[in-house]
Amino acid sequence: MIRMKPVDVVIVGFGWTGAIMGIELADTGLNILALERGAYRDTSPDFSYPHNADELAYGIRGKLFQPLSRETVTIRHAVGDTAVPYRQYGSFLFGNNVGGAGIHWNGQHYRPSPEDLELHSHISKRYGAKFMPDDMQIQDYGLTYDELEPFLEQFEVLCGTSGRAGNINGEIKEGGNPFEGPRKRDYPTPPVADTYGARLFADAARALGMHPFPQPSDNASQPYTNPHGVRLGPCNLCGYCERFGCFMYSKASPQTTILPVLMRKPNFALRTHSHVTRINLDSTGKRATGVTYIDAQGRQVEQPADLVIVSAFQMHNVRLMLLSGIGTPYDPNTGKGVIGKNYAYQMMSSLGVFFDQDVAINPFIGAGSGGVQIVDDFNSDHFDHAAHGFVGGAYIYGGQTGGRPIQQLIVPPGTPGWGAAWKKAAKESYLHATTVATHGSVMSYRDRYLDLDPTYKDVFGQPLLRITFDWHDNEYKMSQFVTSRAQDIVRQMKPKATSLTLRKPGDHYDVRQYQTTHTTGGVIQGSSPETSALNRYQQSWDVHNVFVTGASAFPQNLGYNPTGLIGGLTYNSVKAIRENYLKNPGPLVQA
Amino acid sequence: MSNKPSSPSRRVFLRQSMAAVPAVGLLGTSALAQTQSAAPAAQAAYTPRYFTAPEWEFLQAAVDRLIPADEHGPGALEAGVPEFIDREMEGAYGHGGFWYMQGPFAPDTHPTLGYQLRFNPRELYRTAIAAIDDWCQKQHQSTFAALSPEERDGVLHALEKGDITLDQLPATSFFAQLLTNTKEGYFADPMYGGNKHMAAWKMIGFPGARADFADWVEQPGKVYPLGPVSIEGDKA
Ligand SMILES: Cc1cc2nc3c(=O)[nH]c(=O)nc-3n(C[C@H](O)[C@H](O)[C@H](O)COP(=O)(O)OP(=O)(O)OC[C@H]3O[C@@H](n4cnc5c(N)ncnc54)[C@H](O)[C@@H]3O)c2cc1C
Repeated sequence: MIRMKPVDVVIVGFGWTGAIMGIELADTGLNILALERGAYRDTSPDFSYPHNADELAYGIRGKLFQPLSRETVTIRHAVGDTAVPYRQYGSFLFGNNVGGAGIHWNGQHYRPSPEDLELHSHISKRYGAKFMPDDMQIQDYGLTYDELEPFLEQFEVLCGTSGRAGNINGEIKEGGNPFEGPRKRDYPTPPVADTYGARLFADAARALGMHPFPQPSDNASQPYTNPHGVRLGPCNLCGYCERFGCFMYSKASPQTTILPVLMRKPNFALRTHSHVTRINLDSTGKRATGVTYIDAQGRQVEQPADLVIVSAFQMHNVRLMLLSGIGTPYDPNTGKGVIGKNYAYQMMSSLGVFFDQDVAINPFIGAGSGGVQIVDDFNSDHFDHAAHGFVGGAYIYGGQTGGRPIQQLIVPPGTPGWGAAWKKAAKESYLHATTVATHGSVMSYRDRYLDLDPTYKDVFGQPLLRITFDWHDNEYKMSQFVTSRAQDIVRQMKPKATSLTLRKPGDHYDVRQYQTTHTTGGVIQGSSPETSALNRYQQSWDVHNVFVTGASAFPQNLGYNPTGLIGGLTYNSVKAIRENYLKNPGPLVQA
Repeated sequence: MSNKPSSPSRRVFLRQSMAAVPAVGLLGTSALAQTQSAAPAAQAAYTPRYFTAPEWEFLQAAVDRLIPADEHGPGALEAGVPEFIDREMEGAYGHGGFWYMQGPFAPDTHPTLGYQLRFNPRELYRTAIAAIDDWCQKQHQSTFAALSPEERDGVLHALEKGDITLDQLPATSFFAQLLTNTKEGYFADPMYGGNKHMAAWKMIGFPGARADFADWVEQPGKVYPLGPVSIEGDKA
């Protein structure tokens, strides 16, 4: 084993949260090392035009994703079943290089609703504890929206998020999201112009008394210089966004907001092709001594460090904690233990909306997040749930992110999957169809969790992470309810035909269908070491010099995309590290 | 037998000549040049690198039905879909380089948990084509490629629904793979061998690799006037 010179801070995984940690800690003058298993990637040459406009390579084969041949997860629907490997990409996609999934995300940048962060308390107070099914185990985050607000803003300012505020210091603003928590300021940049599909959706929703607003987006609407002095340029709605890098310097990513500055800091170093296999502990098991990784030549390397930041993405964070023996693994039979606890996902539904030949949607005009309209009336606790008997909700989305024909071409209901009739339908509907979708929360449950698989291994011989997950009734009800509201909007759009994808009671979680990469939980944060793995600063309750960033900290999932909250929680954590932990290393919250 | 119109080699020859052999003998070179601007230029015949001759016949006969040629636009054959699939078989994808391929394999797992066969794409095509041809021999005393278009549709429907039982693998898995790769080849950038002359993009109105619509967002509902471009810079 090779032993490297000790560093002050080692960052495991160099995607969105690893980059934020790096730049925020760089000012302290500490020696910081980021270990990234993938390669270096940058706008030029890696995402340059025209090679980027290649649906097959990026959108379908997944050139930027973690190669499943080397490492994947296993999945089963229930405790007691035998899990099988996730052999081909479907349900979710993992990032794999410098920038992580932050390279090939959509940039849909949301804040949580205030009640999302105190969900258990809020639901108990408003509807009574009995409103939650016995096996639902939702929790509070251990911090409030008001406490987090400055950090949510800090991440938006980094990204130059485009959007229109709906609530500034409690004052409701026309044209924004009236249901959002109070913001101190408007978005850094105005919204991206609406695509036509989004406009038709918003008109219909408004006619029904709903409150559509432009999706908060990290596709820049105008030139923007962030506080680090890094510049973004306006998005051209190229239609090659999610699953692709951005050739326009328009989509916020570590590459377009942080790396140009961070990579020049003398006290910061990045080692790529360095796959971390465990976090090492001293003999007491209460302090981390650094990490072990496998380098590009396959050698085992020990990297001593005083502080370990685990920012390898939700699933990999959980796996590393389990492989390293930090915290007690969760046991679904007793509900005890914390690592792997409360895995959750999201539940989507979608409607294909088909118009006549005289309605030119031009679906190829699209951005990953900009140019789309949202209705948030039925998300979180924005409406009275009492009569509906479920917890959570979804936002409704109108418009499209592009018209890439292999993945995004849709045909009217009843069209055969192939043959002359399919071809005719593809030809006739392509330019005249758009999408309306719901993007919904999933609560956490006693029998939904993550652990290590007993059978399957990665390329280094380490056990894969095992997911035990299927839908619960609460989510079928949520999806049915919000999808009905989406159908109301679609009817108002007066299309020629509509198709529907909805998950109904009895439908199993289907890993073949992409829904979202918003997987959550497993190293959750909270206010007690009995029920959570991390405190409110994302510091391990068990090993105080280990911090874990990312959606693994979410005690249950939201109806929103997670990264706005992930970024906010990361800034909250790093501020506590800088201002308190470094001065006085030890637990930031007394258990 | 080889002179009968239904014989496999003759059918395949007809398919190939339609797709691949330009009528050079009939038209002079200048006439050919003229027709090129009006109709897609004919391609040089492609010689498969992975598929054997009988497999190649199967593949052409199958994709020809999945996306048939008609007045609406190109069929999978003239779009070069078989060439696309053959080329994919030779790359990392065909060798299963993108899939987790370690055992144990549990092919009887609930389909919602995804692909669980031990075959990579190359092996899947090879195993399935042999099994389907076998089945066709038993049922129709003919290879799949030699069946009439209606009979081929019938076999494809049966594969899709799982009504045919194949040795070694579920028919539905192969059908899904074949249909997926066929649509990929039909719509992918032409540099991969399919979507010849961007004809599939033209048919639906997709502008390909243009990827710049800054001026078009705020002209909602207006028909976009430009035809497609490819990554290598071809226009159509
Ligand atoms: C197609 C797609 C679209 C998305 N769209 C949105 C969206 O619109 N809005 C939104 O909010 N979120 C979206 N997301 C999710 C978003 O990308 C993630 O929430 C975000 O990137 C998480 O940041 P992270 O730092 O936790 O992980 P990442 O950004 O993924 O970074 C993790 C890094 O760790 C590295 N790593 C992993 N394991 C190891 C190891 N053992 N050793 C060394 N390095 C390791 C990885 O290679 C990677 O670079 C999307 C994701 C995908 C895939």
